[in-house]
Amino acid sequence: MKKSKNLIYSAIFGVIILLLLFFLEANKFQYGMAYTILQKGMILAVVAVSMNLVTGFTGLFSLGQAGFMAIGAYVTGIFLIPSDSISEVYYISGVNPAIASFKNWLESGPAFLQPIIPYLALIIGGLLAALFAAVIGYPVLRLKSDYLAIATLGFSEIMRAIISSPQMDRVTNGSYGLKKIPGFTSIFEPFGIMVVCILLMVLLLRSTYGRAFRAIREDEIAAEAMGINLAKHKQMSFIIGSFFSAISGGMLAMFMRSIDSKSFSVSLTYDILLIVVIGGIGSVSGSVIAALLVTASKEWWLRFFDNPLFIGGVQIPLFRTGFRMVIFSVILLIVVLFYQRGIMGKNEFSWARLEKRLLKLFKRGGAKNA
Amino acid sequence: MPNHILSVNDITMQFGGVVAVNNLTLEVNENEIVSLIGPNGAGKTTAFNVITGVYAPTNGAVYVKDNMITSNFPKSSMKKLYAGENNGKYTTTMRKTPDQITKLGVARTFQNIRLFKELTAFENVLIAKHMLYKSNFLSATLCLNRKEEKAMREETMKLLDILGLTDVKDEIASSLPYGQQRHLEIARALATNPQLLLLDEPAAGMNPQETDELTKFIYDIRKKFNLTVFMIEHHMDLVMDISDRIYVLDFGKLIASGTPEEIQNNQRVIDAYLGVQEDGE
Ligand SMILES: Nc1ncnc2c1ncn2[C@@H]1O[C@H](COP(=O)(O)OP(=O)(O)OP(=O)(O)O)[C@@H](O)[C@H]1O
Ligand SMILES: [Mg+2]
Repeated sequence: MKKSKNLIYSAIFGVIILLLLFFLEANKFQYGMAYTILQKGMILAVVAVSMNLVTGFTGLFSLGQAGFMAIGAYVTGIFLIPSDSISEVYYISGVNPAIASFKNWLESGPAFLQPIIPYLALIIGGLLAALFAAVIGYPVLRLKSDYLAIATLGFSEIMRAIISSPQMDRVTNGSYGLKKIPGFTSIFEPFGIMVVCILLMVLLLRSTYGRAFRAIREDEIAAEAMGINLAKHKQMSFIIGSFFSAISGGMLAMFMRSIDSKSFSVSLTYDILLIVVIGGIGSVSGSVIAALLVTASKEWWLRFFDNPLFIGGVQIPLFRTGFRMVIFSVILLIVVLFYQRGIMGKNEFSWARLEKRLLKLFKRGGAKNA
Repeated sequence: MPNHILSVNDITMQFGGVVAVNNLTLEVNENEIVSLIGPNGAGKTTAFNVITGVYAPTNGAVYVKDNMITSNFPKSSMKKLYAGENNGKYTTTMRKTPDQITKLGVARTFQNIRLFKELTAFENVLIAKHMLYKSNFLSATLCLNRKEEKAMREETMKLLDILGLTDVKDEIASSLPYGQQRHLEIARALATNPQLLLLDEPAAGMNPQETDELTKFIYDIRKKFNLTVFMIEHHMDLVMDISDRIYVLDFGKLIASGTPEEIQNNQRVIDAYLGVQEDGE
């Protein structure tokens, strides 16, 4: 009875979302802002959930997301830039012949395989990031929380330095970055990828491994005493989180169409961390909601503060470019100070909870009216 | 020859200059209930922590059945600091991690309850089942291990039932009353299918009636799960009632061992511990 009700609600919700996406897709030029923000929100949702997997569910305070995203983004970029534009992109030092011939080989493959290439690129980027995570995870995951944060942050910056180094010119185009990356053909692509990625992470978290992760977060000594191999499970969480971070990075490359190493600076990790904190450390649905809210408010709703404001012909001096970031930071500060558990705390979204909340709200309203 | 399930050989555990356990040797035989007693700070919990792999001892070795689980001797800076005995007797260094030791059939509870506080009682026990099942993360994620998952849940429910926790299975662990938290910790330890159960002050914070019930309860689970029990306890009624043998620690050193009668009549034990305790009460 209750289950079927939830199912109906979820189905209705899903249909509404799909209708909304169809509408946006059909009118994407009219609603350009919503269209872009929704895409970016979806991309950040994937990386936020992946960070939550590592930080919120396993208790490993890792700040390497931007580095893993960069790996995914560059792999995807290199895979997808059309051969025709390649000399234009690598106009300074030319492209590595191996990459050029690999791309020719890829593009000469059967036509029906071509649409799969972006997904293949995302997965290979993810696997490469997972490999990096495995290698650095081994020494780094032994460190206690704050040292782990510093070490992973360091990794992320090293990744960026390597990507932009002159030695990598013929692979990553050094500090010039990659351009002309083909984008998504419709909003359904990033949406589909997001749904699959998050679904997989949710399933993992609900499995016996997810429970082991949470046990580690709650109490390492007790978890170990219950037969949970700390090193193995931390490693696993870190590698899987990095895999999905890289997928999000690949999506970001397709979304932005051009990337360079600066796109993956510490401030990106910082943005993701904020989404995780605002959504609730340890809540997947919180991360998704916060990814959309934060992206929308940062890039859109708060834009208002960047425009000059006149009240009675007098220009209010504060309202100018960049002011929205100040407001944004203040909002964050308030969240962190007074609303530490974020939107969802450690809870997940459920219809029953929403129903209860709404009923409470109505009752209160009703009481006031009476 | 008796069947040792646990042998602790010449264990010394030093924290810098503090000698918490000093040259401790003891055995626990299969199916026994053995107690470790002694005044506060005698080194009882530290001994448990060495046995379960939380600490590497400074010197000595521990075996679970025939498996060496830890062995060490003073090295580097400890060489000078070492204040224990049997220096030079041990020459190998090895250390199994706590999870490996648990997999050998040793489970424990903690003196200051270490439940997974924000998880439910059910989840607390279910987590301890994780190590017994082999499905990898891919098959677990894709729900290809339904059978295993079902078995885990059923075994968990059974344990909660035995411990009388069925009614509170969905409560958050930290919200349970103290006595139930202790029970939950035992349930969680039992979920790993141990042969040897280490209980660190299971009666702490319990009222006399609960302590009485605990005696019966420990007998029950020993029979039901074919367990050997090694426990630290301050409640002397419980200890004398239940133990087959008792070891007494004082300032890290073993000062006596034997049956409850022998311990009760041992002058050194009375001076160091039992007498003091009775005065205190
Ligand atoms: N991690 C540690 N670092 C330094 N000293 C420690 C550590 N653990 C224990 N000790 C010291 O070792 C000694 C023995 O402590 P332990 O906890 O084993 O005593 P205990 O017999 O369990 O006492 P109680 O009955 O109070 O639980 C104490 O002096 C304690 O301060
Ligand atoms: Mg103790």
